[in-house]
Amino acid sequence: MKTFGAFLLFLSNLVKRGESPRILFNRTIDEAIIIGIDSIFIVAVVSTFIGAVTCVQISYNLTNALIPRSTIGFMVREMTILELAPTITSIVLAGKVGSSIAGGLGTMRITEQVDALEVMGINSTSYLVTPKILAALLVFPMLVIVSMFLSILGGYLAGSLSGALSGQEYITGLRTDFIPYNITFALIKSVVFAFLISSISSYQGYFTQGGALEVGRASTKAVTNSVIAVLIADFLCAQILL
Amino acid sequence: MIEIHNIHKTFNGVKVLDGIDGVFESGKMNMLLGASGTGKSVLLKCIVGLVKPDLGSITYDGRIFANNKLDIKQEIRRKIGMLFQGSALFDSMTVSENVEFPLRMLTDMSREERLARVEFCLQRVGLEKAGNKMPSELSGGMKKRVGIARAIAPHCTYLFCDEPNSGLDPLTAITIDELIKEITLEYDITTIVVTHDMNSVLEYGDNVMFLYKGKKLWEGHSSTIMDTRVKELNDFIFSNRLMRDAKKVEQIEEEERQEEENEKNNL
Repeated sequence: MKTFGAFLLFLSNLVKRGESPRILFNRTIDEAIIIGIDSIFIVAVVSTFIGAVTCVQISYNLTNALIPRSTIGFMVREMTILELAPTITSIVLAGKVGSSIAGGLGTMRITEQVDALEVMGINSTSYLVTPKILAALLVFPMLVIVSMFLSILGGYLAGSLSGALSGQEYITGLRTDFIPYNITFALIKSVVFAFLISSISSYQGYFTQGGALEVGRASTKAVTNSVIAVLIADFLCAQILL
Repeated sequence: MIEIHNIHKTFNGVKVLDGIDGVFESGKMNMLLGASGTGKSVLLKCIVGLVKPDLGSITYDGRIFANNKLDIKQEIRRKIGMLFQGSALFDSMTVSENVEFPLRMLTDMSREERLARVEFCLQRVGLEKAGNKMPSELSGGMKKRVGIARAIAPHCTYLFCDEPNSGLDPLTAITIDELIKEITLEYDITTIVVTHDMNSVLEYGDNVMFLYKGKKLWEGHSSTIMDTRVKELNDFIFSNRLMRDAKKVEQIEEEERQEEENEKNNL
C-alpha cells in the first residue's frame, strides 16, 4: 500500500509545475519518435509470426469437415484484434520500452542528472516523465494497429503458403461477422496498457538508488510489474468493456 | 550571502547533521571540509533544497529558502549554479546544448543571445572548441569545466561545488580550483565547495568549516587551520604522510630558529 501511495504521489507530481506547452510538445514528439521507431521492427516481427502461427495451429485443430475453412480467417481476425495485437504487443513493449524508460531514468538518477534539473528549479518529474507517458499514449495505439495488420497478413501468408486454406477463403473469413467495436476495444486497451507500462517503468527508474546494479534491478522490476499490471488490466477491460 | 542556522537532519534514526550554523559570504571560497560520511554533501543538498532539513533555517540574502513557498524557492533556485561530483552532464546533449539548457529553460533569451552566452561561457572555461562534443567524449577535467560553464551560464549568484576535484590528477585539480576561485571573485558569487582535499583548502579556502560526525567543530580562514587545537581536525589534516612530514619539517625549522635566537641572546 505504501508503494502504491508513493506511486500515486509520483503521478500527482506529473501535473504540478508543468513545463511550457512548447517544451512539452517538443519533448513528447522526441520521445514518440524514440518509442515508435525503435519498436516498430520488433512489433512487426512478433506480430507477423504470431498471426502465422495462429493460422497454422487453428488449421491443425480444425479437422471437422462441417466447419468451413474460412473459419480460420475469422478466428485469426478475432484473436488478433481482441487479444493478440493489443496484449502481446504491449507485453513486448513492456520489455522493450519499459526497460529502456526505467534504465534511462535510473541512470539519470544515479549520475545526478535528475538532481541537476531540480537544482535549476525544473520539475524533473514533469520534464522527464510526462513526455514519456504522453508519447506512449500516442504511439502504442499506432503500433497496435500496425500489429493487427501484420498479424492478419502473417496469417494470410502462412495459410496460403502452407496450403491450409486459399487466400479467397481466408479473406471470406476475415469479412465474416465483423464488429467494429472490437477495434475500439483494442485501442482502449492499448491506451490503458500504454499508461501502465510508461508510468510504472518511469516510477521504478525515477526512484532508483545506488549504482549500476540497482539500475539493472529497476529495469527488471519495471518489466515484471508492467507485465503483471497489463495482464490484470487486460482481464478488467474484458470484464468491463465487453 | 547565505546563512544557515541550527540545521538538523536524520536518516533512518541516524543523525547526519546536528545543529549546524554558518554564514557564507559572497566573493569568498567557502569550504565544507571533513572526512567521508561526516554530512558535508547532505548539508550542501540541504542548502540547495535537494534534501529537506528536519529543523533549522536557510536564507539566501535574507530571503528564507527551506520552508518558503514553492514560487519563492523556484525564484531563488534559478540563481543557483551547481557543479556535481560526477559533473551530471546530460548524456543525450552536446557540450553546447548542456550549457544552453538552463538558458533555454529558465530565461527568455533569443536563440542568438543564448548561443552568444554559450560561446562566452565555454571560452571562459577554456573549452571553446569542444562545443560539438558529447559528454562521453570528454575527460574528467573537461567534464568538470563544462559543469562550471553550465552553472555560470544563467548568471548565477550562488555556486555550489560538490567535490569539484575528486578523481582528477593534481594538475587538473588545481586548474579547476583556480577556475572556481576566479569565477567567484570575478562575478562576486557566493561559492560553497565541499571537499576533503587539503591542498584545495590551504590554497583557496577563505572560510573553512570543518564537520565531524554531523557537527561543526571548527571554522576559520585556511591560514589558521594548521594551528588548530581541535584534535579531530588535526587528525584529519595530518592523516597523510606528506602532511605529517611537512609538520615535522616545520617543527624542526621552528626548533632551529629558537636555538639560533637563544644562542644570539646568550652572546
